Amino acid sequence: MSTTPHDALMICEHCDTVYRRRVLTRGDVAKCARCQAILERHHGLSRNAMLALVLTAMIMFVQANIWPIVTLGLNGQENSATLWGTIIAMWQQDAKVVSVLAAATLFFFPLVKMISIGWLLLFARSGRRAPGFVPMMVTLHYVGPWTMSEVFVLGALVAIVKARVYFDVIAEPGIYAYAVLTLLITVFASVDLRSLWELTSEKPA
Amino acid sequence: MSALPRASDLGVIGCHVCRLVSSDPFDHDHPDHAGHGDVATCPRCGSALHRRKAASYSRSWALLIAAFMMYIPANLMPIMRTASLNDIDDNTILSGVVELWTKGSPDLAVIVFTASIVVPMLKFLVLGTLLITSQRGTDWARPQRAKLYRLVELIGYWSMLDVFVVSLLTALVRFNVLSLVEPLPGVIFFGLTVVLTMFASMTFDPRLIWDGRETHE
Ligand SMILES: [Zn+2]
Ligand SMILES: [Zn+2]
Repeated sequence: MSTTPHDALMICEHCDTVYRRRVLTRGDVAKCARCQAILERHHGLSRNAMLALVLTAMIMFVQANIWPIVTLGLNGQENSATLWGTIIAMWQQDAKVVSVLAAATLFFFPLVKMISIGWLLLFARSGRRAPGFVPMMVTLHYVGPWTMSEVFVLGALVAIVKARVYFDVIAEPGIYAYAVLTLLITVFASVDLRSLWELTSEKPA
Repeated sequence: MSALPRASDLGVIGCHVCRLVSSDPFDHDHPDHAGHGDVATCPRCGSALHRRKAASYSRSWALLIAAFMMYIPANLMPIMRTASLNDIDDNTILSGVVELWTKGSPDLAVIVFTASIVVPMLKFLVLGTLLITSQRGTDWARPQRAKLYRLVELIGYWSMLDVFVVSLLTALVRFNVLSLVEPLPGVIFFGLTVVLTMFASMTFDPRLIWDGRETHE
């Protein structure tokens, strides 16, 4: 076994079992024989298609942040909430911890994620490493679990239903932009970006 | 020789950030054998290499216990105050679920109940069980325990649901003259519970499930 070059090996992150890598074809999912965790999955998306998805996600993200999410009407009075309006409201109501959490998981981390994925893919299309490749890939690894836009969409739905008891509530375009964003995130979640470590040459562009 | 060799059997180590496989500097047969306190870094991404996440048991226990201590006030204290001309109402997580149920959205009530109550409880139970059984090195139900860990990792962050609901309602109703929604301290404790349980499950090393006594046979 010591003759096998290390880059032909892969280790299951969940149980430390060592495997020889095999070439995956469309639709293949390699699973760990010991713990059943997914080792690697083949995804049919080309890097160009992924880049197009990231750009769409960015446009949706901007709109989800500019447009109001929900509007509430009572006796002719109307209030709209945007994401930042929500973050600021929590800060002013002395729930600063919540305000910071929301800003991080709903704005800053998704933003960092989209910008760095877009940047990395832009260069990966021609098999190159983008400037800043290593720090960005490491950052993506740590930011990964901390983006919560999809939870926010469900939260908005619950908030609408709760508020509807007392007020006229209108779902605004912002929430739809968020819903589309959520769909795009789901597509992205199935793509293991760590394959970029192998697919791009070591030398930075 | 096992049919499924583990990294330590082959003298290799996997980077937990970029997954590169390299020869294990902590292995005794390695030419520049690294000592106990030494730091070895991944040749590809520069992250520190560990055979197992550092101090996984003590850190994970500490975070889990801290999370549980936050979870008690999160449930007992109200998370939101709704006030209108004729009444003031303080909602806890549970009363919010009941309200949704009685106001005609039982399906959403079930979702909120799952995210706010079932998921955190499941995390405490599963992580506690994993920590105890792995520390004992038992080989009981290993594939099932591995699966439970991945489930907890996957669904954990959905508990943030109620925190976002309170935030949105606060922002919406705030400027209304006739009524008011305010966040109350319970929501802060709940947000902290979610963050701490997420950290607790991240610091637990699932490879410990498989380590047990027979590892070095
Ligand atoms: Zn495995
Ligand atoms: Zn690495």
